[in-house]
Amino acid sequence: MNLDTIVFLVSAVVAVFSATMMISQRNTVASVLYLILSLLAQAVLYIQLSALFLSAVLIIVYAGAIMVLFLFVVMLLNLRGNQDLGDKPSPVSRITKYLVSILLVVELVFIIRGIGFDTGTVGIMTLAADDFGSVAAVARILFTNYLYPFELTGVLLLVAIVGAVVVSKREKSYETPAGSGNMPDDRKKVEI
Amino acid sequence: MLEVILISSIKVIVVVVVLLTGCAYATYMERKVLAFMQNRIGPNYAGPYGLLQPIADAVKLIFKEDVVPDNVERLTYTLAPMISFVPAMLTFAVVPFSSNFTLFGYEITGVISDLNIGILFVFAITSLGVYGILLGGWSAGSKYSLLGGLRASAQMISYELSYGLSIVGVIIIANTLSMVELVEQQSSIGSWFIWKQPLGFLLYITCAVAETNRSPFDLPEAESELVGGYHTEYSSMRFAQFFIGEYGNMLAVSAVATTLFFGGWQGPLLPPVIWFLIKVFCFMFFYIWLRATLPRFRYDQLMNFGWKVLFPLALFNTLLTGLWVLWLGDVLFGG
Amino acid sequence: MFETFYPILFLFVFAVFLAVLLTVFSVILGRRTRSGKKGQSYECGVEPVGTNKEPIPVKYFLIGISFILFDIELIFLLPWAVVSRELGMFGFISIAVFIALVIIGYIYELGKGALKWE
Repeated sequence: MNLDTIVFLVSAVVAVFSATMMISQRNTVASVLYLILSLLAQAVLYIQLSALFLSAVLIIVYAGAIMVLFLFVVMLLNLRGNQDLGDKPSPVSRITKYLVSILLVVELVFIIRGIGFDTGTVGIMTLAADDFGSVAAVARILFTNYLYPFELTGVLLLVAIVGAVVVSKREKSYETPAGSGNMPDDRKKVEI
Repeated sequence: MLEVILISSIKVIVVVVVLLTGCAYATYMERKVLAFMQNRIGPNYAGPYGLLQPIADAVKLIFKEDVVPDNVERLTYTLAPMISFVPAMLTFAVVPFSSNFTLFGYEITGVISDLNIGILFVFAITSLGVYGILLGGWSAGSKYSLLGGLRASAQMISYELSYGLSIVGVIIIANTLSMVELVEQQSSIGSWFIWKQPLGFLLYITCAVAETNRSPFDLPEAESELVGGYHTEYSSMRFAQFFIGEYGNMLAVSAVATTLFFGGWQGPLLPPVIWFLIKVFCFMFFYIWLRATLPRFRYDQLMNFGWKVLFPLALFNTLLTGLWVLWLGDVLFGG
Repeated sequence: MFETFYPILFLFVFAVFLAVLLTVFSVILGRRTRSGKKGQSYECGVEPVGTNKEPIPVKYFLIGISFILFDIELIFLLPWAVVSRELGMFGFISIAVFIALVIIGYIYELGKGALKWE
């Protein structure tokens, strides 16, 4: 067993384990931390697939930006420790939950069987070009073959910005009067 | 194989030891330089010129009582200092500190890892740096810590944008993300990227100071209003880890600035490592100079400055550089 | 592959080891006493007032989400920067259109006062 395999096994186990811990936690902050850990382990897996750029993007955007927002939201809603998150779910929702999960697993199994990985004959890596996964290779494809989806991403970002502003700054009365100084005072005026 | 493992392991250990010593002596340097700028003497009891002061501090911190307040969130309280300590070390994995050299008959590269996405790696590590501070401030169970942590994280993510954008200009000119190649492209003083990216450099250094929460952007630990900011409730080595994290980050952004804009280890006569250290030292001095000179920003000024001045300027710089390279490109930026 | 990533892996493991070691030091070596109000949070010697259990202002959320969106924009700029010469004017125009879209969003945020910190 060489180092490559060990790293793969460790990061795969960590990724799955922390993802499981994330959904089974009652402590929201610990949940977010487990998700970050899972993302970091996934980034290692991407590196092993030579997808360096993707791995960096995963860390910068997901682990570095979106998770910060998650933490902010957890703090915004003040979900502390093992606090009870409201009523217990109703029996109906409990059953649907399991049904949907089982359905998803079945679907995944079918998809994976459909693809039919033939790992015996051709490894994925041998098909790839020399600079597979490098930033320049990604860029060349992105700005030629996928130019249209790329520009659409710009539109998507624009829509998201507008949406964020509309959702979080919806009514004038929630805004604090101009010049009303420091943080602690502001906190009382902001409502959620 | 075994040789590679051995050489790179030793290299990593040497770099980490130098880095930790550097952090310790950065505190000494800060106190001494600040003292001279304020017409004081500074630490002068421990050893000649107070040179042993950092060691005395370290010993003291190790044997300090580890006070943990009652109302902390245990898990995050313990993890936060480590989370701010580890990224500060990691940045140095891709910073080239010397040219390749031969030692005891072994060919040794002057960088821990020549990653071909070096700048992205630096950027990824920087984006993880915010967690230590945010979690530390949140879990300590004190209002001051929470405010300090929140302020710090909002500040860091705001300035991280312009920090990233200010580097894009350099990448457009160099067409590479590898730190080693960047240094190789700046072989003479005339080809340093600061001459081609003056605005980019100004933006970078401003954002770097804000990113490391240093004066005049040291709002997170504004002593006069927030006691100690996010590390108010930390003591002993846990506090020291935040401290090492802060100084390690200062050294890291200085080293990255050296690599991106000042030709890294390149320089005449003296050995490359010495040149690298001299340049990093100059940046550290600049940091302290700033602290002695400029008063602290107000928080609303800070956020407005980041979003309304630096961010548009950084975008402008990116577009301008892109256009320039295409139109006049190889007249000025050739090679 | 191995030569590039082994040192980073080792550095990571070593840094984590150091971090754990330092924390363990502080737990083991320091003298520990408990008395009276030592466990309270520090507020300059005054009895602590209020808690830190209050929700935080919504503007942090807004800053956070703006950061994500512009960060994604930045991530798309980097690959273009690497091949900017190779793609030439065509690449510049496509990235300029992209940036223009994001700038519209930025101006919208400015106009709505979403980035204003009072």
